[in-house]
Amino acid sequence: MTYRAEAPDQIIVERLGAIDALYHRRSGTTHLVAAPVPQILEALGEGATDVAGLLARLAARFDLDTPDDEAKAALEQRLAELIDLGLVRGER
Amino acid sequence: MRHQLGLAVGPATFRIGSAWRGPIDALARLYAAYPPIDFARRVPDFTVRLQPVQPWRRFIRSSIFIAGDHMLPDAAPMALEHGLLAAEMGMNLQMALGWRRHVLLHASCVEKDGKALVITGESGSGKSTLAAMLGERGWRLMGDEFALLDPASGMVFAFPRLVSLKNEAIDIATAGITPERIGPRLEGTPKGAIRHLVPNAEAIARMAEPAVPRLLLLPRYGFAEAHRPVEQGEAFVRLTEASTNYIALGEAGFGALVRFVRTVPAVALDYPDSATVLAAVEALWGEVA
Repeated sequence: MTYRAEAPDQIIVERLGAIDALYHRRSGTTHLVAAPVPQILEALGEGATDVAGLLARLAARFDLDTPDDEAKAALEQRLAELIDLGLVRGER
Repeated sequence: MRHQLGLAVGPATFRIGSAWRGPIDALARLYAAYPPIDFARRVPDFTVRLQPVQPWRRFIRSSIFIAGDHMLPDAAPMALEHGLLAAEMGMNLQMALGWRRHVLLHASCVEKDGKALVITGESGSGKSTLAAMLGERGWRLMGDEFALLDPASGMVFAFPRLVSLKNEAIDIATAGITPERIGPRLEGTPKGAIRHLVPNAEAIARMAEPAVPRLLLLPRYGFAEAHRPVEQGEAFVRLTEASTNYIALGEAGFGALVRFVRTVPAVALDYPDSATVLAAVEALWGEVA
């Protein structure tokens, strides 16, 4: 599956202490999200990619201490949630 | 409608129409100090209509149906002797469902030195009573029900309608106030006994003056005294829950609330009685103002 983030100009991200408030222009919906969701959206904003590609981008920015398989499974779960929110599109 | 009255409360104007004279007379007495509206020169923002459930019910088993520009179709009719409450509920309903010029926060608000204390909480948290008491103790009452947050300036505008006091709060908040400023005691309403309090002359005279929000208070009545700072994210969630038009305002509402929680500290305050909460508010205000 290839994942594509919503266009950056459609999302306003505002840091509010420990969480981020995110306003999605296209749907008019507000989401309150905690790490790693903002980081995932930012990394995915560089261009569409699959889970392995996204994990590589995240690994380049952060110290990921989880084994690859676990990290991939967790990432897929977050991406599924983001698809449900309309912030990411999954393309087969 | 047979009887009608024009009213301005803060930035909002209303036409209240009624099939009966009683509710309009009661409103006219309590809103006597508010600026009148001349219908020949100005179209009011909202119309509220107090009308019979059926035409013949104006005379027989009179029941009020609250109608207007914005309506709840399944609202239960109210007894004629609660007509004053019906008019107030009708005005609140117009604001909650129709106001778009500001982020409408279900909150009470008082002002001192141009700075506003915004108090939000669930029904029963004591926000109305607290605002009413502060309004008689050196603060300007800006409103007991709605605070209007301006997305453009970040300022809070007043909506000082009659203060609606319920049950045990009635005696606490009306102590020492002249009878002319207190409405009739309405027994057996859906929220128990209700009595309306007219804001004092300063609150009405200065109702067009906005204030800079300085502190957000989240009170809870019936607990031992305690307070804790509330993080920006939690304050943001509480304010979206307290707003009736946040979703309708879209990006403007989002920007206004982000700015509010970033610039206004928030404190959750538990309290067991009115003396405690008054002292605690003055102490907290001393820290931020």
